[in-house]
Amino acid sequence: MTLSSTAERTTTARPGLGLAGLARRSEAVLLPIGALLVGFALFSLFLLVQGKSPTDFFALVYRAGFGTAFSWENTLSRTAPLLLAALCVALPARLGLVVIGGEGAIVLGGVGAGYAGVLLSGTSAFIALPIMLLIAMGIGALWIGAVGALRHYRGVNETIASLLMAYIAIALMNHLVEGPLRDPASLNKPSTAPLDEALRVGNVPGWDVHWGLAFGVIACLLMWVLIEKTTWGFAAQIAGGNARAAQVQGLPVGKLIIGFAALGGALAGLAGFFEVAAVHGSANGSLASGYGYTGILIAFLARHNPLAIIPVAVLLAGFEASSGLVQRRMDLPDATVLVLQGFVFVAILMSETLYGRFKIFTPERWRSA
Amino acid sequence: MDTELGYSIIPLAILGGAIRVSTPFLFVSLGEALTERSGRINLGLEGTLVFGAMSGYAVAYLTNSPWLGVGAAMICGALFGLIHGVICSLPRVNDIAVGIAMMILGMGLAFYFGKPYVQPVAPDLPAIGFGWWSDIPQVRAALEVNVLFLIGAVLAVVLWWMLRSTRIGLILRVVGDSTDAARAMGLRPAVVRTCATAVGGAFAGVGGAYLSLYYPGSWNEGISSGQGLMAVALVIFARWNPLACFGAALLFGGAGALGPVLQSVGISEGYYLFFAAPYVLTLGVLIATSSPTRAMTGAPGELSITK
Repeated sequence: MTLSSTAERTTTARPGLGLAGLARRSEAVLLPIGALLVGFALFSLFLLVQGKSPTDFFALVYRAGFGTAFSWENTLSRTAPLLLAALCVALPARLGLVVIGGEGAIVLGGVGAGYAGVLLSGTSAFIALPIMLLIAMGIGALWIGAVGALRHYRGVNETIASLLMAYIAIALMNHLVEGPLRDPASLNKPSTAPLDEALRVGNVPGWDVHWGLAFGVIACLLMWVLIEKTTWGFAAQIAGGNARAAQVQGLPVGKLIIGFAALGGALAGLAGFFEVAAVHGSANGSLASGYGYTGILIAFLARHNPLAIIPVAVLLAGFEASSGLVQRRMDLPDATVLVLQGFVFVAILMSETLYGRFKIFTPERWRSA
Repeated sequence: MDTELGYSIIPLAILGGAIRVSTPFLFVSLGEALTERSGRINLGLEGTLVFGAMSGYAVAYLTNSPWLGVGAAMICGALFGLIHGVICSLPRVNDIAVGIAMMILGMGLAFYFGKPYVQPVAPDLPAIGFGWWSDIPQVRAALEVNVLFLIGAVLAVVLWWMLRSTRIGLILRVVGDSTDAARAMGLRPAVVRTCATAVGGAFAGVGGAYLSLYYPGSWNEGISSGQGLMAVALVIFARWNPLACFGAALLFGGAGALGPVLQSVGISEGYYLFFAAPYVLTLGVLIATSSPTRAMTGAPGELSITK
């Protein structure tokens, strides 16, 4: 069982009240922050070796990602799909599953929503939008739910299966968008027919950010409640810690695995819906823009905690939003952000080995001083 | 397209395509088989493959020697494997997750450093024509076999023999089957696994160099589309046996050649679906060979994906 050590720790060492609880909670917050800083330091070293200034880099990221109201809007629009993509990793992770193919659910959910929008052209938005949204979520749920089912019924490794299915999903999208569902008027970039103006999802009132952000934040809050405050979430944690013990206790392990995977997939599909209905206006190749993969890193950085996903997603969205400015000003390739993500990812995984090593965070060891 | 030959050329073209497409699968799967035999899984080989393709192409272009390119890709691949191996030797670090991180890091670094080499043309690796007996150009083209493919074939036999009947092979198998037994024998499992991962990474680097230096024979960001990952699944299908890896690589190569071959005879309908054939095949093979209840035959006991 992969990731089981994480799940075990979270079940056995529930943070209590008082000083001991505070110590345990700080470990879960401070170690990831430390790892993030180590990742940044490695990346700074990488820039220094090439004679580029890390201070310039981070100053530019701050300016382009968080400096002005405009840059915040840019960052927050990118946050929306990242929140949902990260949940698609974090939910199955509760059961010890490493599902990394959320990109597939985003892409196919987007195509489903885009095509449904074409068919529903001329219908009232109050009827059409919920249908599009449910179709996108349904496709996503089926796609990632299938990964969970393969894992449970056939013992197929979910990491490899989900990534393979992401490749299949992208090929399927290319086939549909350039073939049967193609709008003949889309010449340079094959797309489905553009959505009616009425079927476009607008911005949150008073903000220049589309509704996807609100849905993403609400989804994170709801998933936190599901995981931390309900019996289903508790059962999932037990099953993630030890599947056999959970089965002996009569927990429906299979239903939990498939259910959590499908729920994650539905949320990734929702991200695809917003990409089509709020950003692109039709389904096309831009759907496969890598949000699903950045979501993996976000979920790991947030230690699969839905509440922590919100700030982490905003941070990484800011880095992605600043990519263009960094390229122009510092003459760096567009893959710079990917390199940074790689360093941070490696650092966060290495920090796993430090849990329980620091006495200050482990109250059980205070007395034996 | 010669109309007289028509569709009769398809099987031969697929065979030729299989040989051409299978070489990266072969190298990555042999490397991964070695790594997994030691009890660890390296999912990062996709990133290693891409970085190998970039470094091989860049060095071949700068030195004008494709073999120096292959050497550079091999060294870079070994370095990536070494990093993966060392990180996974830390207690409680998950090898699958580290693989995902190394995949992102490898691709990021390859795209970062590879930007200046998208335009220049590097020298190709040499190929041997086995089609000299035929006058038909398609037959000659299909039987053009790259030297690296032949090296890979020999390597498969050597690895099979090494695992079966040498001391190194025995050490690798013991470490892969039981950490405790290995410790009892006085072996150091973490060191053995790290070495196996580094060698596996070197093989994957060579597979990448083949991509950029022979087929398709150029460097760009879309050079690999999951071959590294498919090769990992292929190892499970091949039951961790290097000889079976060779057969499986040919099979997967054939599936990968399907799309381009059909396109070359004028069937362009559903091109993207044929393009997806290798992924569908991989998934099908995974489903067929996995089992929820019994351990897989031939699986190393310490391997996390089969536990």
